[in-house]
Amino acid sequence: MSDTAAKAPRWAIWLPLALFAGFFVLVMFGLLRPASHDVQSAMIGKPLPPFNLAPASADRPGLARTDFAGKPRLMNVFASWCVPCAAETPVLAELAKRGVEIDGIAIRDRPQDLALFLARNGNPYARIGADNVREVQLAIGSSGVPESFVIDGKGTIRYQHIGEIRPDQIDMILGKLAEAAK
Amino acid sequence: MRRRLALLMLALCALFAAPVLAEDSLPPAPYAYRQLDDPSQEAKAKALMDTLRCLVCQGQSISDSDAQMAGDMRNVVRMRIAAGEDPEAIRQWLIERYGDYVSYEPRVTGLTWPLFAAPLVMLALAFLLLRKRFTGKDAA
Repeated sequence: MSDTAAKAPRWAIWLPLALFAGFFVLVMFGLLRPASHDVQSAMIGKPLPPFNLAPASADRPGLARTDFAGKPRLMNVFASWCVPCAAETPVLAELAKRGVEIDGIAIRDRPQDLALFLARNGNPYARIGADNVREVQLAIGSSGVPESFVIDGKGTIRYQHIGEIRPDQIDMILGKLAEAAK
Repeated sequence: MRRRLALLMLALCALFAAPVLAEDSLPPAPYAYRQLDDPSQEAKAKALMDTLRCLVCQGQSISDSDAQMAGDMRNVVRMRIAAGEDPEAIRQWLIERYGDYVSYEPRVTGLTWPLFAAPLVMLALAFLLLRKRFTGKDAA
């Protein structure tokens, strides 16, 4: 028995240790890398699906797929019940001031809540569509609020921003819009 | 005594404080909590919903989760099943939007094939290493 075992190749004795080391590196890599819970949309580079949302507020039209023609637009998925969305409004106002056309998709919002939200935080939106069962949100691969999408003049999704746009990200967003205009 | 009372009041306040995490105040989507009328269609929908990930509460399936988003996803699944769509086509529709992550059903792709190949490779390796030992035993 012992001499048959000795016939196994010499290097084989290191195999278990090498395997263990491999697993150890894998586990440490997984532990040390910060976990991201963001779910990226797989729709980047693809055209927006057809949709037609009713107006969510009294003084803005609704939002349809056909509105995305001409120059690139920022499509902001938001809700009055979402705290980071309220924090994002000054940044959206700044973007609107710099000539960005922003459309809103209001997720599961009651008209009176949305009116209050817009009265309190300002209204940077050209159009606001009411997505009451998240049909458009699911169709574009968005998984939360707020999220912003850069849509080019042909209606293609060019960029997805997950979470609120922070003041230091204004230039980055403007860059993405300029890129989409090319 | 007064301090203890104050502490108790504080604890009670904490107990009844409304959570800061916001959820909307609209009623759930039509088919979020309502089963389909046709039991065989509902069974198909249930089987699919058990294997789709809730994107908000990421450890749960959409049939397990009470998040509004999961309710809206159940609504989409049930409406599409009711319209006669194939469950796998609905899964594919979601994968096209959210990537493989949304499905709990493993697929063989360029990224995942080692998971499927590894057991075979290990078996082959074990066979190679132990082959001599087995034949040796027979000879002895």
